[in-house]
Amino acid sequence: MITISNAKKLFKTKNGSLTAVDDVSLTIKEGEIFGVIGYSGAGKSTLIRMLNGLELPTSGTVDVNGKVISGISSGELRKARQKISMIFQHFNLLWSRTVRENISFPLEIAGVRKNTREKKVEELIKLVGLDGRGDAYPSQLSGGQKQRVGIARALANDPEVLLCDEATSALDPQTTDSILELLVDINKRLGLTIVLITHEMHVIRKICHRVAVMEEGRVVELGNVLDIFKQPKEPITKRFVQQVTEPEETKETIEHLLNDYEDGLVVKLAFVGESAEQPLITTLIRSFNINVNILQGKISHTQNGAYGTLFLHLRGDVPEVKQAVEYLEKASVGVEVITND
Amino acid sequence: MIEQFFPNVNWDTMFEATYETVYMTAISVAITAVLGILLGLLLFLTSKGNIWENRGVYAITSVLVNIFRSIPFIILIVLLIPFTRFLLDTIRGANAALPALIIGAAPFYARMVEIALREIDKGVIEAARSMGASMTTIIFKVLLAESKPALVSGITVTAIALVGYTAMAGVIGAGGLGNLAFLDGFQRSRDDVTLAATIIILLIVFVIQFIGDFFTNRLDKR
Ligand SMILES: Nc1ncnc2c1ncn2[C@@H]1O[C@H](COP(=O)(O)OP(=O)(O)O)[C@@H](O)[C@H]1O
Ligand SMILES: [Mg+2]
Repeated sequence: MITISNAKKLFKTKNGSLTAVDDVSLTIKEGEIFGVIGYSGAGKSTLIRMLNGLELPTSGTVDVNGKVISGISSGELRKARQKISMIFQHFNLLWSRTVRENISFPLEIAGVRKNTREKKVEELIKLVGLDGRGDAYPSQLSGGQKQRVGIARALANDPEVLLCDEATSALDPQTTDSILELLVDINKRLGLTIVLITHEMHVIRKICHRVAVMEEGRVVELGNVLDIFKQPKEPITKRFVQQVTEPEETKETIEHLLNDYEDGLVVKLAFVGESAEQPLITTLIRSFNINVNILQGKISHTQNGAYGTLFLHLRGDVPEVKQAVEYLEKASVGVEVITND
Repeated sequence: MIEQFFPNVNWDTMFEATYETVYMTAISVAITAVLGILLGLLLFLTSKGNIWENRGVYAITSVLVNIFRSIPFIILIVLLIPFTRFLLDTIRGANAALPALIIGAAPFYARMVEIALREIDKGVIEAARSMGASMTTIIFKVLLAESKPALVSGITVTAIALVGYTAMAGVIGAGGLGNLAFLDGFQRSRDDVTLAATIIILLIVFVIQFIGDFFTNRLDKR
């Protein structure tokens, strides 16, 4: 569906040239929700803007749905863009137009006739849940509603690809979730390929199938979202994963706990996929003569399964505790004994 | 009653002069609006970081605009006498004032247009590009549509300035209320004529301001 090959982007600046995207190669499958995560300045926006030709690569090629975006004429590019929509962090609606007229804009660009336009706009207003707000101006809408207009507008010409540049970064957590749900819904219902960039791992966890981690213009890690959560390799990926699995205070809390519990063991269990649903703790307590104390835990759900961590304090005879840890290891759970060092 | 306050005013002449002032203002506002928007668009689009970024074109346009905007109007009229004579074969009458009025006002309005266009969120232009909009669509449906209130309030200010310019043009023979106030009122020491002409000019200005404000407010959906 989308193939980026050795894409590089240099910007000329006052202090010489800056490599915003550095030799990136990626393939994105049809119908997939693909995430790109990275800190500010990593080159995410530049990368996603290459997919609709808002930026052209300095070298390398970008192919979307069989069209070489990086090398077609401007007329062809304009035509191609009608099938590669984009939504933005700050929505970018025309404030002089009503919701209805905003959604109608891409249809006007595509030269769709008035009757057809009106019908399509009504459908889209329903699809994104803005019934009754058709005649409102953007200034009368909340952030979430504005992004819904952005999404409706992006879907107007039945695109094959939807690009999301930090589409939820200006929204509060609750609104973020509702917009993300809408995106998943659209992906399932319309089979649309979605490419989204973000600096929030929460967004990746919630809706992406695969994720690429970007740092200084390069893709440093790439994989299934669940695999990345299970085994992040790069330090930057580990930091992103911690954003969702471990609340800030966890580490310190656990270190405190180690001081409090002189005897026994503190273990960290990492659940992945199916193991997250096993009645592990029940078996543990029933089969071993130990005390099990749950210190802290969190299970997160991703598009390819659940993932979570649980901190347990195990107390009892040393051999018994050892056996319990062995049992946990057998149960295909990631086990890490936390020591005080 | 009115005759008592304005004993020397010939109302037919006054009406004629009002008509000339309104005529000069209307025609020059219309042409200034078109020229100013074209120049403003050129300035905006060729400026740094914009779609047609072109340093040379921007610099030349910008310098010309600044020069004509800076020349005091009364001097501009005098400077343009040969040009006007060449164009219209005369330097007298309402039409003869038009070249100076337009050349004086269009650069003034062009800057206001440029500023109005700069106020548009770059993201909106980018969104239009991402939808596959052509340059024409971007100009008409994004740039001009989104800046409408500012364009209207700008042309209101320009129109009011133009009323003032017509009065100055009148002094050197272009007709209108300024001409009447100067020749008939000032030079013949008929203060009532000057006063009547002034009141009518003020009324014209108020009407323009009122209409301009009305449309600016109605168009502003921000
Ligand atoms: N048009 C541009 N001109 C010069 N530098 C740019 C331009 N666009 C982006 N950059 C630079 O490229 C780098 C990557 O930017 P960007 O792709 O926006 O990163 P991200 O979206 O990950 O925050 C940044 O250092 C940014 O300053
Ligand atoms: Mg960005």
